[in-house]
Amino acid sequence: MNPVPDILRILPEVILTLTGVAVMLIDASLPPGFPRRYLGMAAAVGTTLALWASVGQLYFPQGTGFFGTVETSAFTIFFHVLICGIVLVALLLSLDTLPEDSHHQGEFYALIVFGAVGMCLLTGAVELLVVFIALEISSISTYILAGYRKNTGSGPEAAIKYFLLGSFATAFLLYGVALIFGATGTTQIYEIAHLAPTAQNHSFVLAGLALMLVGILFKVSAAPFHVWTPDVYEGAPSPVVALLSTAPKAAAFALLLRVVYEMFPSLHSLWSPLLWIVAVLSMTVGNLAALRQQNVKRMLAYSSIAHAGYLLAAFAGLGTSGIAAASFYAAAYAAMNVGIFAVITLVSGYDEKLPLIDDFRGLIYRSPLLGSLLIFFLVSLVGIPFTGGFFGKFYSFSAAVGGGAVWLAIIGLLNSGLAAAYYLRLALAAAQRPEKKNAEAAIPAPQVGIAVGAALLLAVAATLVLGIVPNEVLRAAEAGAHTLQEPPAQVNAPGFSVAQEPKP
Amino acid sequence: MHLILFFVFAGFCVAGAINLLLQSHPISSALSLIVVMTSLAVLYLLLGAEFLAAAQVIVYAGAIMVLFTFVVMLLNAGREERTMGSRTARKVGFPAVVAILAVIATVILRAQGLGVAGLRDGITSTTDLSKVLFTELLLPFEVTSVLILIAILGAVALASHGDGNPHGNRDPYGNPERTAGK
Repeated sequence: MNPVPDILRILPEVILTLTGVAVMLIDASLPPGFPRRYLGMAAAVGTTLALWASVGQLYFPQGTGFFGTVETSAFTIFFHVLICGIVLVALLLSLDTLPEDSHHQGEFYALIVFGAVGMCLLTGAVELLVVFIALEISSISTYILAGYRKNTGSGPEAAIKYFLLGSFATAFLLYGVALIFGATGTTQIYEIAHLAPTAQNHSFVLAGLALMLVGILFKVSAAPFHVWTPDVYEGAPSPVVALLSTAPKAAAFALLLRVVYEMFPSLHSLWSPLLWIVAVLSMTVGNLAALRQQNVKRMLAYSSIAHAGYLLAAFAGLGTSGIAAASFYAAAYAAMNVGIFAVITLVSGYDEKLPLIDDFRGLIYRSPLLGSLLIFFLVSLVGIPFTGGFFGKFYSFSAAVGGGAVWLAIIGLLNSGLAAAYYLRLALAAAQRPEKKNAEAAIPAPQVGIAVGAALLLAVAATLVLGIVPNEVLRAAEAGAHTLQEPPAQVNAPGFSVAQEPKP
Repeated sequence: MHLILFFVFAGFCVAGAINLLLQSHPISSALSLIVVMTSLAVLYLLLGAEFLAAAQVIVYAGAIMVLFTFVVMLLNAGREERTMGSRTARKVGFPAVVAILAVIATVILRAQGLGVAGLRDGITSTTDLSKVLFTELLLPFEVTSVLILIAILGAVALASHGDGNPHGNRDPYGNPERTAGK
C-alpha cells in the first residue's frame, strides 16, 4: 500500500528549490542594467505556491517518504506554513527596501528561497543525516545573507562571527549525532526512540543528547549560547534580520521539539531540567541586557533571546500541551517579530542611517502609520491582550504550570514585566513630540510601497488573528502535537501511512 | 600489527592537531593539517573503510589542502599576532577543551561491551556503501546539491565586486548600448 508518491511528501521543498534555481538562472541571463525586482516577485510567487502545497499536504495521510527520511504530518505542515509565511513576508519586505543599486540582488532572492528549502526540510526530517544537511542549508544561506552589506564594517563582521560560531555549534550537534549512532547503530529518529531506552551504553546516549542540545540551542540563540545574536543582528541588513530572527529559529524549535519529545521521551528526566535552566537564563540574561541598549536592533536581539526563553518554558509542559504551546508561541513570535523588523527597515533604511532609539523619537508624527504599527508590535511583544504575544505567553506559561514548573512560570511573568520597560521606552520615544529645531525637515518620512504594505498587512493580520481568535491556530498546533506524540509507526517503507489526518 | 599502526598514526594525528593550534604562521598550520588528514585516512583504512580513506586523501589532503596553501600564499599572510583577546581566549579555551575532553573520555571509558558500531546491514565494501547511498539515503544525498549550490552562490555574492560596486558600473560583459552606438 503506497497511496502517496514520495515526491509529494517533499512537494513544498521541490517547489522552493525549482524557484531558487529559476531565479538564479534568470538573474545570470538578464542584462546588467535590468531591474532585479521581478526576480524577487518570482521568488515570492514560488514561496506562495510552496505554502499552498504545504496546506495541500493536509489531505495526505500522515507518513514517511524516501525510506523513512522525511515525514509529512500535521506537525510538519504547521511549521511549513509558518516558515513559508515568514519567508514570503521577508521577500515582500526586501522587494521594496533593497536599494536599486545594491549588489547581487538575484542571488539575494535565490539565497532566501534556498534557505527556506533547508528550513522546511528541517521540520520534516526524521533522519539525523537529513537533519544535519537541512540545518546546514538554512545556516549557510543565513551566514551569507548576514554579510550582505559588505562595504560596511559591521556586515562582514556579522557574517564571519555568525559563520565561525555557527560552524562550531554544528560540530557539537554532529558529535552528538555520532555518539547516538554509536549507541544505537541507527540515525533514524523513530528507531532511535525505540532503541535508546534499552541501549547498552546509556552514557553515550546521554552525552549525545547533551551535545545535540548545545547545537540546537545555539541556533535558537538561547542563553549560554547567545553571544553571537546582538552583533549579527546589528550587522545584517534589516530585511535579513526579519528573516533570520524568525524562520531559522522556528525550524530549529521544530527540530528541538522532535528531538526531545519524539526521539528521547525516555530521557525526560535529563532534558527537562536542562531546558528549565536554559529557559530561565535566556529570559533573564536577554531582558537585563536589553534594558541597557541604545541601538534598536541590538535591543531587539536581546529581546529575541528573552523570547526564546519564554518559548523554552513551554517545554516544561506535559507532552501534547507543551508541544502545542511551543508551536503556537513560535507562530506568534514570528508574526510580531517580522512585523517590527519590517517597520524598522522602513524607518532606518537598508543602510541604517537611523539605528538608535533616539532616532525613533517622534516617529508617529513623521509617519503616523509606521509609528502606530511600531507601537502595535511593541505592545504585542510586551504581551498585552488582543495581540499574538499575549496568547503565546499565556499558553506557554500555562503549559509550564501544567507540567509542574510553577517557578518557571513565575520567573517568566516577572521577566515579562521587566521586558515591558524597554519595549515601552521605544514606544514612548516613538510617541513623543519631536524637538522643533532639528525635526521633520532633517528626516524625510519613510515611504511605504505596495509590497511592503502587503508584508506589513500580513504581519499585522497574523498578530491580530493570533491575539483575538487563536483557537484555529491552537487547534492546528495541537493536531501537530498529537502526531508527534503518537507511537512511531513502521519505517523504511516508502510512504507508509499511519492514521487518517484530521481534515482542516 | 593493526594495533601498532593505529597507535603510530593516532599519535601523528593528535600531534599534528596540537601543532596546528600552536603554530603562529598560517603555512605551518596548513602543513600540520595535512598530517592530520592523511593520518586520519590511514585510520579509516585500518577500520576497513577503503572508500572513505580514498575520499579523505583525494578530497581533503588533495583538493582542500592545495586550496588552503594557495590562499595562504596568495594572501601572503604574515605571522599571527598575539593580542589581548587571543590571550584571554587561550586562558579560557584550554581549560574548556580539557573539560570537554574529560567528559567525552569518561563517557567512552565507561562504555561497556563496545562492539562493532557498523552500519545497519554490515556495510563494508564500496559496493554496499553506494547501494545505501542511492537507495535509503537518496534524499540526503540529493539535498546536498542544494547545499553546494548555496555555497557557490554565496561565494559569488560575497567575493565578486569586492568594492561593493553595482552590476552596471563595472560592466564586465561589455555594455550593449555602447557597442550598438559604434
